[in-house]
Amino acid sequence: MRSGRVVAVLAAVALGTAACGGGGDAAASTAGASGSGPTGTLTVFAAASLTDVFTDLGQRLEDAHDGLTVQFNFAGSSALATQLTQGAPADVFASANGPQMSVVTDAGLAGGDPTVFAGNVLQIAVPAGNPAGVTGLADFAREELALAVCAPEVPCGAAGEAVFAAAGVSPRPDTQEEDVRAALTKVELGEVDAALVYATDVTAAGDAVGGRPFPEAEDAVNDYPLCTLAAAPNPGAARAFVDLVLSEEGQQALEDAGFRAP
Amino acid sequence: MRRARTPAPLLVPAALAVVFLVLPLAGLLVRTPWSQLGALLTAPGVGQALRLSLVSATLATAVSVVLGVPLAWVLARSRARGRAVLRALVTVPLVLPPVVGGVALFLVLGRQGIVGRWLDEAFGLTVPFTTTAVVIAETFVAMPFLVISVEGALRAADVRYEDAAATLGADRWTTFRRVTLPLVAPGVAAGAVLCWARALGEFGATITFAGNFPGTTQTMPLAVYLALQRDPQAAIVLSLVLLVVSVATLLLLRDRWLGRGAAA
Repeated sequence: MRSGRVVAVLAAVALGTAACGGGGDAAASTAGASGSGPTGTLTVFAAASLTDVFTDLGQRLEDAHDGLTVQFNFAGSSALATQLTQGAPADVFASANGPQMSVVTDAGLAGGDPTVFAGNVLQIAVPAGNPAGVTGLADFAREELALAVCAPEVPCGAAGEAVFAAAGVSPRPDTQEEDVRAALTKVELGEVDAALVYATDVTAAGDAVGGRPFPEAEDAVNDYPLCTLAAAPNPGAARAFVDLVLSEEGQQALEDAGFRAP
Repeated sequence: MRRARTPAPLLVPAALAVVFLVLPLAGLLVRTPWSQLGALLTAPGVGQALRLSLVSATLATAVSVVLGVPLAWVLARSRARGRAVLRALVTVPLVLPPVVGGVALFLVLGRQGIVGRWLDEAFGLTVPFTTTAVVIAETFVAMPFLVISVEGALRAADVRYEDAAATLGADRWTTFRRVTLPLVAPGVAAGAVLCWARALGEFGATITFAGNFPGTTQTMPLAVYLALQRDPQAAIVLSLVLLVVSVATLLLLRDRWLGRGAAA
């Protein structure tokens, strides 16, 4: 490391203490041994909305390859992009929208062109039984309701702003959550009457949460791109994971989880 | 008292500890975009978040002093059985992940919570997503710092002064007010400062239980976290503000009230 990089290192230390949640262990991974498929540790940074389906796909990959361990860092795409640009080691990055992927590609960190592998639309999530009788996007302007949206800084919040603008609704949320799962949790706990989340999150929440699709959602379909990372400690396994996601099997799993085909 | 010279084997690890603790703060200074400082600091929402942080941390400290000092007395002086268990229980928030604290607060004070449901039905009061919720979350996490400090001070204080006061006819309340409290005042001040600083930095319980809304519940740590998602430069500046406020407070109060021996 050259002394001129001290500034960058200091910043990485400063930000890393706050930002590097789950990626630290990747340094311990070993590159895939030559021969019979990937081994060692594969580290995937993925948007929080992919938690269930990617955990499932990771398990399938582990089952197919002896000696391979897949570990995930699920968080808001923007937090992940920040962690990656600050030097967090990872093999694969899957973002919930294009702009956060661009943060990573613009920094020269991608190992190849990102591929869009799924799409997602917003849906209104309500607690079981829909006690407040929420039917559409216009209900987000009702002050007497407890309402959650995502913060504009994260992809689901950016998508939310787009649909509110398209629908001409001035929302009156009580909280702007830091990621989509946090917004969903508040619905599951019954603490808000409605939250604007992804259709896939409603699917994942099961019976505790009801979903209300709305026409304006089509104005903000979120594309999910993924890529391997140039500095991937385990490039073989990274390639294998991306291939699995893009395969028929992976696409079926995504569809079952409520995602759209790209 | 003669100052001891530091034994040589302690020097290297001590220096490493300083580097480890101070270097990240230095990193913040090195990377601060000084030229954009003015614009970033006057950006909408920054002053709002800082004000909310200062007000809520101060209120949380006030609540902690009013409730925590009596609790510390009970832990240090009362002869009731089960004090060890009680001490363990009331200091759990020290080690509990703050997010867990936030969830726990929901289960009690949320709209569906044990107490919160009743508050909602009887008075139409809902606590989550309000500034009150921020103060409650901060108090939950920070009060144990005050209790521990004050309890320590009470244990270190010489009970013979209190005995003497009692012998001279002072009742127990008067003794507490006129003798015990002045005796442990530096300990209370130290605890209050710690408590305030912890409340100022509170993140997990706040974002979980109080949510995040500019002007109502978005404190500085939340603003920093969200700024990091879109504009890391802004996050660095906000972090710097929080750092300056924290360090200045700790330094000022230490010089003023927490002189040598006060930490006992």
